[in-house]
Amino acid sequence: MDLPRLETILSRYEGETWDLIPVLQDIQDSYSYLPKDELQVVAERLNVPLTQIYSVATFFKMFSLIPKGKHQIKVCCGTTCHLRGGGRVAESMSHRLGVEVGYTTKDMQFSLETVGCLGSCAQAPVVMIDDRYFGRTTVDKVPKILKLYK
Amino acid sequence: MPRFESTDHLREYRRQLVAKRDPNQTQVMVCAGPGCLPMGSEEVAAAFREEFEKNGLGAKVLLKECGCHGLCAGAVRVLIRPQEITYQHVTPEDVPEIVEKTLKEGQVVDRLVYEDLHSHEKAVHKGEIPFFKGQMPIVLRKLDVIDPTSMDDYLAMGGYRGLRQALLEMKPDEIIDAVDKSGLRGRGGGGFPTGRKWRICQDELEEPKFIICNGDEGDPGAFMDRAVMEGDPHAVLEGMIIGAFAIGASKGYIYVRHEYPLAVRRLQLAIDQAREAGFLGKNILRSGFNFDIQISRGAGAFVCGEETALIHSMEGNIGEPSPRPPYPAQAGLFGKPTVINNVETWANVPEIINMGADWYAGIGTENSKGTKVFSLVGAVNQTGLVEVPMGTTLRQIVYDLGGGIRQDREFKAVQTGGPSGGCIPAQFLDLPVDYDSLQSVGSIMGSGGMIVMDTTSCMVDVARYFINFLYEESCGKCTPCREGLKNLLFILDEIIHGRGTEEQLALMEELCDTMAAASICGLGKSAVNPIRSTIKYFREEYLAHIRDKKCHALVCRPLLKYTIDPETCTGCLACVRECPVGAISGKKKLPQELDQELCVKCGLCYEACQFDAVHIE
Ligand SMILES: Cc1cc2nc3c(=O)[nH]c(=O)nc-3n(C[C@H](O)[C@H](O)[C@H](O)COP(=O)(O)O)c2cc1C
Ligand code: SF4
Ligand code: SF4
Ligand code: FES
Ligand code: FES
Repeated sequence: MDLPRLETILSRYEGETWDLIPVLQDIQDSYSYLPKDELQVVAERLNVPLTQIYSVATFFKMFSLIPKGKHQIKVCCGTTCHLRGGGRVAESMSHRLGVEVGYTTKDMQFSLETVGCLGSCAQAPVVMIDDRYFGRTTVDKVPKILKLYK
Repeated sequence: MPRFESTDHLREYRRQLVAKRDPNQTQVMVCAGPGCLPMGSEEVAAAFREEFEKNGLGAKVLLKECGCHGLCAGAVRVLIRPQEITYQHVTPEDVPEIVEKTLKEGQVVDRLVYEDLHSHEKAVHKGEIPFFKGQMPIVLRKLDVIDPTSMDDYLAMGGYRGLRQALLEMKPDEIIDAVDKSGLRGRGGGGFPTGRKWRICQDELEEPKFIICNGDEGDPGAFMDRAVMEGDPHAVLEGMIIGAFAIGASKGYIYVRHEYPLAVRRLQLAIDQAREAGFLGKNILRSGFNFDIQISRGAGAFVCGEETALIHSMEGNIGEPSPRPPYPAQAGLFGKPTVINNVETWANVPEIINMGADWYAGIGTENSKGTKVFSLVGAVNQTGLVEVPMGTTLRQIVYDLGGGIRQDREFKAVQTGGPSGGCIPAQFLDLPVDYDSLQSVGSIMGSGGMIVMDTTSCMVDVARYFINFLYEESCGKCTPCREGLKNLLFILDEIIHGRGTEEQLALMEELCDTMAAASICGLGKSAVNPIRSTIKYFREEYLAHIRDKKCHALVCRPLLKYTIDPETCTGCLACVRECPVGAISGKKKLPQELDQELCVKCGLCYEACQFDAVHIE
């Protein structure tokens, strides 16, 4: 366990119960998942039962209990993107990367997920990789987009 | 940034700020809003910077990366002041020409100018573009003027004037009266009168009180709140500080959706600036009032946009709604009285204080005052953000502003209100849009998503899409919502597979009645709108799936058949590379064969084929 890293995160908060979600968010951002041992420490420090931590961790979509890949691919399947072929873009990504939606490639490079709406609906279908947006994506643009990260 | 100790100080600072600014200063405003960012705003801005450097213009021309300019269809948009020249579809390659021709020689680059799709008339200036006529920007007013990272820009546009007035010239009661009189109703979906909500909270004796800004914007297809948080963050803060003073709150939170990292950064910067300037913190503008704001990030759950669920998640729990009453205004965050309003609601408040309640109440319809921002997306030509007075008709929005349907296809429906809304058919195009009228046709105003659909959309698929979305997002706390959605999804899947029956249509309507009556929160209660509206207005589409096993819009996969036309197939193998199941085979340069047994009807080959050789039936 990387205690100093966790301590840095915990030191940003006052250690109250309501700090739980922000703490988990910081851990998720820093580790790309919520490691078990770390959660144990969080439970003690915030005085929150481990069961509650797990119920929170599984309720919200941003949390993952297993490590995620280096790059997070979010394919929008919000209403506008759905109507304009976001589903096919997701399928093409999945096929090209050889990974099901919701999973991470074996080499830990990419995690692929579909999301509700990325807020750039005027350019549907939209894909977000890490913090960068791609608009008006189509199946034939997928290889070009992926290449930027390979 | 100085710390403002008095109103005179603020007034003097603003005066100097405005005096210092040259109205003839050349400004290049590169749109970096939600619609332009994915199309390369950053690259365009970088190209300008480089070109300025090369031409020694760095000191003369001001470059700003600002919020949404409105007409996102023309991304990336660039606006040049003071001439008000607008360019669209700008790429980094266009930048040297813009600098050379427009900035140096004062000429217009013709090919980057807006051209009307139908009349082919060109429009150089913003005011001449039909999209902007008929709009009335209040909330969006500053988006293409200010740099969202500059508080000076906000102040120069009259920012924090409303706060000054509220804090020093008005009593809390007068503020609430003004908001009440303005007729402002919540922009987050429900449309509850804002002034009344504030009054309820003010009347509570319990202390401390809290303020929350709901920036969860969960409705897919809606990005108004994102555009405001990213493009004019101080307006949200100013509204919140005024509200806090009115109800006597000491702490505020902005709950921002997980998918909006830029909004978080912009708001955080604005909060830091406002603290430094003394608009947040202790003894604000020496009024004796203390208030501070903190950002709370969402963690990815649609139901957390619902106010009680949002509050529970802020307390460190899972986002399950709870029955109301008590309303948050009575017992909200940590059980204390809490006013929770939507981003756009807050952003309206400073303007109401500034311009007066009567002015605001003079805009709109009998029961819906002011303007509403819509994200106009889907099958229209001119997608983007529009702000219109309440009571503007759907036809005006879709045709006059939106420029009609893409590729001159036929209009089928407009979907408002996100997953809680309905699909409105062509017969209601002349409906003036307000809270009550939308409800009367089986939809809701919602937060402002307006998704236009043409004949390539299947209404059964749309209904299934929303039910599937809600099924995945339902927190599962109450049975009618949890089980109702599951069963609705099952039936819709049967219909989409050509196994549905007409009895099932009746059963769906029955399920809807139970869900609407017995669900705890709005998610379950209004989940019936997509079903009821599509069954009511598009029954024949359901029947085509049920009786004829046909999806005329060519959307529902199980009812489709893909074939390859040997006449037009060139054997380029583009489809073969795309097919995930290896259903297409044949020799290079010869027509390909498609194995119906293996085909999973994903349509990837259809999209990949450059020769239109893949057909759907
Ligand atoms: C399922 C569900 C999701 C909601 N999502 C949002 C949202 O994303 N943003 C929002 O402002 N309000 C949302 N609301 C409405 C809020 O519960 C609440 O009414 C609103 O934030 C109050 O602010 P207003 O009066 O300014 O509209 C949602 C409601 C429900 C039932
Ligand atoms: S209506 Fe649905 S989302 Fe709302 S509380 Fe009930 S189960 Fe949860
Ligand atoms: S529709 Fe999909 S599965 Fe069927 S042949 Fe085309 S690419 Fe392959
Ligand atoms: S629906 Fe895809 S970005 Fe909004
Ligand atoms: S984001 Fe650039 S015009 Fe809307």
